[in-house]
Amino acid sequence: MEITNIYRTEYGRCVATLVRLLGDINLAEEAVQDAFATALEKWETPPPNPGAWIVTTARNRAIDRLRRESTREARHAQALLLHQQDEPQEVGPVQDDQLRLIFTCCHPALAPDARTALTLRLLGGLEVPEIARAYLVPEATIAQRIVRAKKKIRDATIPYRVPAAHELPDRLPPVLTVLYLMFNEGYTATTGSLIRVDLCAEAIRLARELVALMPDEPEALGLLALLLLIEARRPARLSPAGELVLLPDQDRSLWNRARIAEGHDLVRRCLRRNQPGPYQIQAAINAVHTDGAATDWIQILALYDQLLALLPTPIVVLNRAVAVAEVHGPAAALAELAEVELPGYHLLPATRADLLARLGRDTDAAAAYDQAIALAGNETERAFLQSRRAGLDPHPR
Amino acid sequence: MKQYLLAVHSVEGAPTRSDADTQIAYGRVAQINSDLQAAGAWVFGGGLLPADSTTVVRVENGKTTMTDGPFAETKEQLGGFWVIQCADLDQALAWAEKCAEACMEAVEVRPFQEEPDS
Repeated sequence: MEITNIYRTEYGRCVATLVRLLGDINLAEEAVQDAFATALEKWETPPPNPGAWIVTTARNRAIDRLRRESTREARHAQALLLHQQDEPQEVGPVQDDQLRLIFTCCHPALAPDARTALTLRLLGGLEVPEIARAYLVPEATIAQRIVRAKKKIRDATIPYRVPAAHELPDRLPPVLTVLYLMFNEGYTATTGSLIRVDLCAEAIRLARELVALMPDEPEALGLLALLLLIEARRPARLSPAGELVLLPDQDRSLWNRARIAEGHDLVRRCLRRNQPGPYQIQAAINAVHTDGAATDWIQILALYDQLLALLPTPIVVLNRAVAVAEVHGPAAALAELAEVELPGYHLLPATRADLLARLGRDTDAAAAYDQAIALAGNETERAFLQSRRAGLDPHPR
Repeated sequence: MKQYLLAVHSVEGAPTRSDADTQIAYGRVAQINSDLQAAGAWVFGGGLLPADSTTVVRVENGKTTMTDGPFAETKEQLGGFWVIQCADLDQALAWAEKCAEACMEAVEVRPFQEEPDS
C-alpha cells in the first residue's frame, strides 16, 4: 500500500533524473521500473528517503544492464554515465530535472494530444490504461501517441533543458495549457460522468511542482491559484443525488476552506507582481467568486473586460456575457452573444437559453436548450439542461 | 552534432511575389547563409528552379524509365533547402525561424538519419 503511494509521488521525479543521467527516456523508464520491482522485494519498511534509494538503485541497475547491451542508446548512455563518475554515489531526484522533462514533454514540436499523454505518463506516473480511461480513447491510441512522441524526441533530438528566459514566452504557455486541459478534462469530462478526480489531483500536483520550480513566473502562480479555487468548490458542485448545482445555489459550507485560502494567497502574490496574464485574471475572477457570501458581479465584469483585452476569444466573450447579465441584465448579455460562434460547444446555446428564459421568451429558450442538449456529451450536464428545459412555462404568452 | 534538413515549401500557383520582395528575400537569405557559416552550422544550401523543370528517373527490373514533371502532383513543392548542423532541435528551430522569415515561405525541419556505425 505504502509503496503504491511512493510510486505515485516519486515515479516522475525519478524518471526525470534518470533521463538526465542516461539521456534516453525508454532506458530511464526501464531503470526506474526495475528499481521499484527491487524495492517490492527488498523493502520491509521504506527507507527514510525512498526517492534517493530508487534513483541510486535505478542508476546501478542501468549500469549493469548497459554493460550487457551494445545498442547505440546503450553505448551513448554509458558514455554519459562515465562523464558523471565524479558525482556522489548516493544520488536523489533533482527538481530541475522535472522542469527540464516537462518542457520536453510539452515541446511545441510534439502534437498537442501527445504532449498531455506523455506528461501524464512520464511526470504523473499514470499507466497507459489509466490515461486511456481518463480520456476515453482506446489504450492502443494512447500507447501509440506516447511511442511516437518518445521516438520524435529521440530522432529529432528535442533537448532536455529549461528554455532560456527569452524563449519562455513561447515555451511556457504550452506547459500551462497541458496542465489546464488535464484539469479541465478531469473537472468536466467531455463524455461520461461529470468529474474525474484523478486528473484534477494530478494537474494540481504538477502545477504545484511548476510553481516550486519557477516561483517567479506569475502565470504559473496564476494557473495554480485558478486550479485550486475551482477544485475548492468541487464538493458543492453535485447534489447528493448527483445533479449539477450552479454556483448561486451551492452550499458554501461544503467548499474546501484550505484550498480557497491558498488560492486567495496566490492571487494576492500575483497582484503584487502586477504582470497580469490570462491565468492570473481567471484566478482573480474565481477569487471573487469564492470571497464573501454574495458575488461582486461588478468586479467580475471588470476582470472579464481585462481578460477580453488580453484574450479576445469567443469563449471569453461567452463567459463575460454571464457577468454582463448580472450587471446590465439578460437583454444586454444576449446582445453581446449575437455575433458569437462556437460550433459544437454546448455552453453557448445553454447560456442563450438561460438568458432567453429570464426574458420570458420561453419558446426561443426551449429551442436553445434543445440545441445545447444535443451537443452536451456529459450525462450530468445533459440531465441538468433537460431539467431546466422542463422548468420552462409550457404555455408562453 | 545532428544534421537537419530545412526544406522551403512553396505553393504552386500562389500569387507571384513582387520584384522588390524577391530582392529583399535574396538579400536576407544571403545574410543567413553567412550567419550559418560564421556559426559553424552551414553544411549546404540552395534555391531550386520551379517544379516543372523536374525529371523523374525510375529503375524497375533493370529497366529505366524517365518521366517529365515532379514525383508527386501536389500543390506544395520543394523550393529550396538548407542542410545545417547543430546540437539539438531547439537550435535547428531557431535557424528555421530566421530562414522562414527571410524567404517568406514555410520551412520544414527534418532530422537526418544517424550515419550507420562502423
